[in-house]
Amino acid sequence: MAVVFGCWTSVSRKSVLPVFEELNGLLFYPVQYEGEEISKNVFYTGAAPNQQAIPAVEYLMSKDGGGAKRWVLLGTDYVYPRTTNKILRAFLKSKGVQEADIMEDYTPFGHSDYQTIIAKIKKFASEGKKTAVVSTINGDSNVPFYKELGNQGLKATDVPVVAFSVGEEELRGVDTKPLVGHLAAWNYFMSLKNPENDAWKKKWADYTKAKKLPYADKPLTNDPMEAAYIGVYMWKQAVEKAKSFEVGKVTAAMAGQTFKAPSGITSKMDEKNHHLHKAVFIGEVKGDGQFNVVWKTKGPVKAQPWSPFIAGNEKKVDEPALMATKK
Amino acid sequence: MRTVFFLLMLVLARPCLALDAAAVGKLAFGDADERSAALAVLVAEGDPKMVALLEALAAGDVQTAGERVLIVKGDEAIDAVTGAKVTPLPKEREDVVANNRLRREIESALSALKLLSPDRAARLAAAQALATGAEDAVLPLVKKAMAQETDPAIKPMLELIAATLELKGGTKESRIAAIRRLGDSNSPNTKTLLMALLEKDKEGRFAETDEDVRAAAQASLRAVEGKLVWGEMGGLLFAGVSLGSILLLAALGLAITYGLMGVINMAHGELIMIGAYTTYVVQNLFRAHAPQAFDWYLVCALPAAFAVSALVGMVLERVVIRWLYGRPLETLLATWGISLALIQMVRTIFGAQNVGVENPSWMSGGIQVLSNVVLPWNRVMIIAFAALVLVGMWMLLTRTRLGLFVRGVTQNREMASCVGVPTARVDTLAFGLGAGIAGLAGCALSQIGNVGPDLGQGYIVDSFMVVVFGGVGQLAGTVYAALTLGFANKFLEAWSGAVIAKIAVLVFIIIFIQRRPQGLFALKGRAAET
Repeated sequence: MAVVFGCWTSVSRKSVLPVFEELNGLLFYPVQYEGEEISKNVFYTGAAPNQQAIPAVEYLMSKDGGGAKRWVLLGTDYVYPRTTNKILRAFLKSKGVQEADIMEDYTPFGHSDYQTIIAKIKKFASEGKKTAVVSTINGDSNVPFYKELGNQGLKATDVPVVAFSVGEEELRGVDTKPLVGHLAAWNYFMSLKNPENDAWKKKWADYTKAKKLPYADKPLTNDPMEAAYIGVYMWKQAVEKAKSFEVGKVTAAMAGQTFKAPSGITSKMDEKNHHLHKAVFIGEVKGDGQFNVVWKTKGPVKAQPWSPFIAGNEKKVDEPALMATKK
Repeated sequence: MRTVFFLLMLVLARPCLALDAAAVGKLAFGDADERSAALAVLVAEGDPKMVALLEALAAGDVQTAGERVLIVKGDEAIDAVTGAKVTPLPKEREDVVANNRLRREIESALSALKLLSPDRAARLAAAQALATGAEDAVLPLVKKAMAQETDPAIKPMLELIAATLELKGGTKESRIAAIRRLGDSNSPNTKTLLMALLEKDKEGRFAETDEDVRAAAQASLRAVEGKLVWGEMGGLLFAGVSLGSILLLAALGLAITYGLMGVINMAHGELIMIGAYTTYVVQNLFRAHAPQAFDWYLVCALPAAFAVSALVGMVLERVVIRWLYGRPLETLLATWGISLALIQMVRTIFGAQNVGVENPSWMSGGIQVLSNVVLPWNRVMIIAFAALVLVGMWMLLTRTRLGLFVRGVTQNREMASCVGVPTARVDTLAFGLGAGIAGLAGCALSQIGNVGPDLGQGYIVDSFMVVVFGGVGQLAGTVYAALTLGFANKFLEAWSGAVIAKIAVLVFIIIFIQRRPQGLFALKGRAAET
């Protein structure tokens, strides 16, 4: 087999990784993740923490984002939120935020009663300075969370919530009225206006109609879809360059590949670290389940899979070639 | 630039009709700082015509076409500066995006403008909105309003708002007076303001150098906090009752099928889920055929959910469960299998993703009882609904013939049969009743959480926990157990976090059941021994 495009969560990727490394396979992983991993057999086309979480927090700290000084780090209790919050906590401290101004809280999987947590956030927010919530709440728990937020009268203009796993597809089954103004950070939004995106959206709409997919009446695109799409095309370009399906040759040809992405930038595969250079966008939820892009990075950002904000990462090299020789 | 000049000329030509074009242009095209400065200019002018523009901007109805700023509603557009109708609608238009910062400033400005309204209710609402957080830019307007305000309810509020805005500047005396005044407030925002005065920098020095100001702030802070504590306790109490009512709704159906009939029904959660999906279908029917009555779709959804779930329950009883009475292990396996089949069936029909069930408008938002306690309408309604279902079920079991039969059959099947009770039919009806109540629970739960194929899985453990904890066969026990678990969960959550709370409650139940296997309330007499 020449290549696999897939895996959805970090858990599934970690499970297949030993097989790919043993048999020298090739995997393209299209979802944002917590970093702390690098393999010569994997290309990561989703965002590393410095391409999603950290810019989002920087935005909320800025005047435009509301100048947040106090932080609630809220997540579902598993590896991605815990690691991300560890990185964010260290990052916030490096920016001079004090321990007392950070509140970290976790809920079990499938938690659906957010009354006390919202009450805690309210109390925390009243104890001085502008507060923002960084949510790594997983999937299904988001709806009860946002519903409670809206019903308890905590508006985005008072306490904005930025989420890292809520996108167009997640908002499909949701009444978005109470969510308006809350934020999401991604490397692509369906609402981006550029020729590449228009063409891509049209292609996808035609495809869903032709194949009679469910929801063909309302085709949506989102960030992981874009990341997977870039992955496939880059692989094709690399194969054409290498004139071979051989994993070693394709991997070498992948270095420095560029692709005009639907996000509107020319995304480049880093020469060394197997991660894409991506632009970061912050969007505010609109009433129709789409996002208003309110901020974006000046240009593409290089990924740092080994976050400098986690102790012990200083010595780790983010280049799989070097990693391999060290083993 | 030429256009701006042109627009300026236009303004000069029609001074009484148009807004400050330069400021409007900045508001639409400028960067964030320019936009907020432009907003301040417009607010300072206090022109009531601006309300339309700001409301449109907050609602996302403002667009630009070239250099013109338009307010677009449906197919009609008005020029924001002149107020003239624009026909035809220009083809190339860009949305003007308001971010949270601008929206906050707009809200504040809109409220401030309404302070000058001749309508007392509008003024009061505006003052209340501003009391929870006003932007500095509105101070001149607030002062202007304060000077002409005569209403005894509104004037003190305006003074409070002005006091909060003036905290940062002014003389020592005026600041202390402002701080004292803040002590009368009971809003969490006041606490924020006062705490800012008592803040220390990194070296441990106070940012506020004046000791008298700090002392005044300290005293006011204590006064405010004293008032807020009650709200916090009240909120927690309500959260406990709310969770209790949800547990009760989820468990009531099971209290019949498992508690009274003794069927270990693992498909109970799926009967809840079917009720929720029925609600979804009814909602869609209303949206498609009777959008004007959409707010009342729940009234139809309730009986529909009951009927569909009851029907499914009765079919299950007839086809599967009836053949397994007295064989709990087989019942458990069979109903578990049924639950998987039902989940898969729903997944095939409706798709694996969650479906959206919208709250009717009268169930959105909340009622503010104290400054820091908002009781969400959907939760209030569910508490009331749970009480209603409980009363209804109790009446049915104690006051009707069917109820009498059900109790008779559960207490002594042979004897009931001997005196002529059609036990098989009673079984079917009782199971249908339990399933129907699960359906009602599903309808209620669709208003607070997700509706997806896995919905029932989240409630099955909780339901069994409540019924077993309360004592099998006891309706009253179920009620006490649901409320106890609700309170325990919420108080622990507030104290230790949600993860630990969940674990602690489970451990507590295990220990409790070991000590007292019959549950909170045990059946007494002969029925208990059999």
